[in-house]
Amino acid sequence: MNISKTQSVSLFLLRVFIGWHFLYEGLIKVLNPDWTSAGFLSQSKGLFSGIFQAIAENTSMLHAVNFLNQWGLVIIGLGLMLGLFTRLFSILGMVLLLLYYLATPPFPGLEYNMATEGSYLVVNKNLIEAAALLLLSVFPSGEQYGFDLLLKKKTTKQ
Amino acid sequence: MEDKNKSGQEQKGGLKRRDILKGMASVPVLGLFGYEFAKSESLKKKAEPPVNMLKELGLNQELSFNISNRGTGKPGNALRLGIIGAGSRSQSLLFHTGFATRERLDGMDKEQMERWMDYKDLNVVLTGVADVFDLHAERAMDAARHSVKAMAGEKNLPKVKRFRHYQEMLASDDVDAVIIATPDHHHAHITIEAIQAGKHVYCEKAPTRTEEEIFQMEAALKGAKPVYQLGHQIRHNPIYPFAADLVKKGVLGQVNLVETTTNRNTSRGAWVRHLKGDGTPRPGDPRSIDWDQWLGDRPKVPFSIDRYYNWTKYWDYATGLLGQLFSHEFDAVNGILNCGIPASCMCSGGIYYYKDGREIPDLMQAVFEYPDQGMTLIYSATLANSRSRGRVFMGRDASMEIGSTLSVIADRDSEKYKDKLDKKLIDTSKPMFTIGAGGADATTSATEKYYADRGLTSVSIGGKSMDVTHLHLREWLDVIRNGGQVSCNIDWAFQEAITIQMAKKSYLEKRQVFWDPVKRQIV
Repeated sequence: MNISKTQSVSLFLLRVFIGWHFLYEGLIKVLNPDWTSAGFLSQSKGLFSGIFQAIAENTSMLHAVNFLNQWGLVIIGLGLMLGLFTRLFSILGMVLLLLYYLATPPFPGLEYNMATEGSYLVVNKNLIEAAALLLLSVFPSGEQYGFDLLLKKKTTKQ
Repeated sequence: MEDKNKSGQEQKGGLKRRDILKGMASVPVLGLFGYEFAKSESLKKKAEPPVNMLKELGLNQELSFNISNRGTGKPGNALRLGIIGAGSRSQSLLFHTGFATRERLDGMDKEQMERWMDYKDLNVVLTGVADVFDLHAERAMDAARHSVKAMAGEKNLPKVKRFRHYQEMLASDDVDAVIIATPDHHHAHITIEAIQAGKHVYCEKAPTRTEEEIFQMEAALKGAKPVYQLGHQIRHNPIYPFAADLVKKGVLGQVNLVETTTNRNTSRGAWVRHLKGDGTPRPGDPRSIDWDQWLGDRPKVPFSIDRYYNWTKYWDYATGLLGQLFSHEFDAVNGILNCGIPASCMCSGGIYYYKDGREIPDLMQAVFEYPDQGMTLIYSATLANSRSRGRVFMGRDASMEIGSTLSVIADRDSEKYKDKLDKKLIDTSKPMFTIGAGGADATTSATEKYYADRGLTSVSIGGKSMDVTHLHLREWLDVIRNGGQVSCNIDWAFQEAITIQMAKKSYLEKRQVFWDPVKRQIV
């Protein structure tokens, strides 16, 4: 794949910023013993709201989801920042964001009691960030500036 | 890929310093992240309020119910109650002493039933019912038969008797104590007659309809043995004694202005009650209502279903907003500040919206002045708007709003809190503390919500919910059995009745009126 230096630096910036965002979202949840996704899940609306609300009401499921979500965010964040297993973490991050999106889709007629900034119709920031991760998953950004480059070199060497 | 090819050629697949640098390009960013993250966490820690304001101010950390419980004797020695006036308010009073109609019982869930069965320890029986309306009397008789004692399987309970006239009940030996829930024009004279007949009295507000009556009542109760309790259940909402305590401890600084309000915007809330929700008339006619007894000493007028249900609209039977709603406001304020009778009152208002032949105003403002205490109490009411305005006590150092919850906001120019304000330990945009959770059960109407918001219904503390009316009745029964003082005795009733009469006189005479404490009269 032929990528100019400007292009790879742009992809690098996008990847590091998304990684930064994931890592911070994960860490503040890990560090707050009272954090739970129950509130978010319980006000789910739209097609899949039944599943999300069922999770919120089931204690053990909720625990598992909380754990997976906060540590998932941390690990995906670290991976994206460092450019390690970039494709895998891009896809995982995208899945996570799409779950958030599906839990509270900004469709006309659906209203949420959450503090939101900005105004959204169908497309919101979760969806945009997911699309950005889709983009990263199809460009080998980690192999230009990231630990994936080191991995690749090592394997090529052998 | 230009770079990769180049390095590939140079290294033949091996790692070069340049690759290592590129591979670790984001490590400094991670370092920056760590630095910023640590900074933000340490700022958060600093921002956390290190002071517990309740502790700091020497206040109780938790609320508790004042449950009078000094013993109620053996089940055989039940106290025998009579109810005089069995309309809508009496249903609630009976329910909270352990008597519920079949219909009400059937509508209760398991938890409500358990809570109600707890009233069994009051050890009371309802032996007398007096009401001028057959339907209401029958309903109370039904409740008497469905008592907590009966539901618990107790046998040989005394039978309930309907008295055609309340005086027959007062003359009867089958009743020890009476609950009076008639229209206001009967409160004073029935209270006096009951006390003279040796019966204990729990009477609804307002204590009296006229100025003259309160002096008669005071005289009758002076030195009398029976126990009199005025029906201001707010005394048993735990946040009110808490508020009195914090005012005494100077948390608000000198209280100089108190603002209390009534906003209701339904016809029921404005005492238009002769129609059901669906617009059909409520029952009652001259055959089923003893109209002469209902009128008592009031001017003889032909039977009127409007006057029967909507008596609050007429000066002949009531004092309107003052006796029905301001009385609760005044009692809340007096219970907290112990301010007593004001030196003067100026009251104005009018009939602005309900031009339905009523005499009492539907909009009213009254200003009560307490120059010796450096304070003014304002009451402002409308029956044609339901905006929620609280009950606010304004002091030099803080303001307190109290209804079903209590919150205190520091004054931005306070001297007392200056130090904490400067250090930003107190934020004037939000309360220093809030206490009490309005535990009102599912409320069904706007009027009920009004009472719930003002702390007059049930209260929940730490998951335990109690009705304040029950606690207030319980205290009365406890004092009857074990002696002591009730929380809303004749002294409080006297102060309230005089204050109401001052406002009424001022409104009717369109002038400022004064209380002469020496001559003991309104001038």
